[in-house]
Amino acid sequence: MSEADCVTCGDSVALPEDAEVGEIVDCGSCGTELEVVGVDPAELAEAPDLAEDWGE
Amino acid sequence: MEVGLLYSRIRPDEKLLLTELRERGHEVHKVDVREATFGLDAPPEPLGQCDVVLDRCMATSRSRYAGRFADHYDVPVVNSPETAKLCSDKVETTLALSEAGIPTPETTVAFTTESALEAIEAFGYPCVLKPVVGSWGRLMAKLESRSAAEAVLEHKETLGHYEHSVFYVQQFVDKPGRDLRVLTVDGEPVAAMSRSSDHWLTNAAAGAETESFELDSEVERLAREASEAVGGGLLGVDLMELGGEGGDEYTVHEVNHTVEFKALNAAVDVDVATTVIDWLEAKVADSEVGTDATPAEVQP
Repeated sequence: MSEADCVTCGDSVALPEDAEVGEIVDCGSCGTELEVVGVDPAELAEAPDLAEDWGE
Repeated sequence: MEVGLLYSRIRPDEKLLLTELRERGHEVHKVDVREATFGLDAPPEPLGQCDVVLDRCMATSRSRYAGRFADHYDVPVVNSPETAKLCSDKVETTLALSEAGIPTPETTVAFTTESALEAIEAFGYPCVLKPVVGSWGRLMAKLESRSAAEAVLEHKETLGHYEHSVFYVQQFVDKPGRDLRVLTVDGEPVAAMSRSSDHWLTNAAAGAETESFELDSEVERLAREASEAVGGGLLGVDLMELGGEGGDEYTVHEVNHTVEFKALNAAVDVDVATTVIDWLEAKVADSEVGTDATPAEVQP
């Protein structure tokens, strides 16, 4: 399991073993939605806001 | 095979598909459509080398255009751009279902607040006002009175994108606290679930409780026909029961073309991702992708 810093609060966020670039994880400390932008090394960015045309 | 996956967010649904594809030894190329550009002459690499592309864009606008470009490059894409066009717009879906003779809620479209109010009054209260593009139950309004209708219409006209001035007014279907979701591959049902809530909206994304649903012949028939009406592919067909739970009449209110199935996968015994990839492999092997996806209304 890898870890990366939350871009909002700086706390460490654990990523799942099978983390994928593009996946969303929540910071357990501040609750920010984070997007996995790298897995080797692990890197996080703030996830985009919900857009009106998102869905299925 | 080499499989492209168009995405801008990897949801649990995409992870299930990616895992299944990789475990079978397929080479997967993830294409983040936020980074890719699409010109007229050549596909962005590695799209051009793919045997098939799965459109899993969560944003409808990106799905529509990226899928259309894949088709332009003669790269087989699931779902076809024709299917995406019909499913991503509620007006298009309603017309496709109606033209195929599939029961669907009574709907009126109006282009001004005045004519929309007339349509609403003609339905009576409650009735429903929906955005023509949107998902997960967002921006849906159950209108219980004229004053509420006037307020919602004014807000839509004032605050919204021009699409919000396409007023899609629909009868309120008094469903039995649940609706049904059938996931189909080229019309073949894979699995089905009910989605229950005390709220009038029963979307799984809005927190509805999901439970496996045993298909009856009528639901199966309607799911097949609804799939055919929009051109087939990997779809989520949504139905409501008329006349109470266990009734044998249904109405089809939605067909989803970038269908999420995490909740369905958890509710049923079927491994949805496995079944979907089985279907995809067979489809590619038969070289049928993109050639049998003609919407029913343009068939000769």
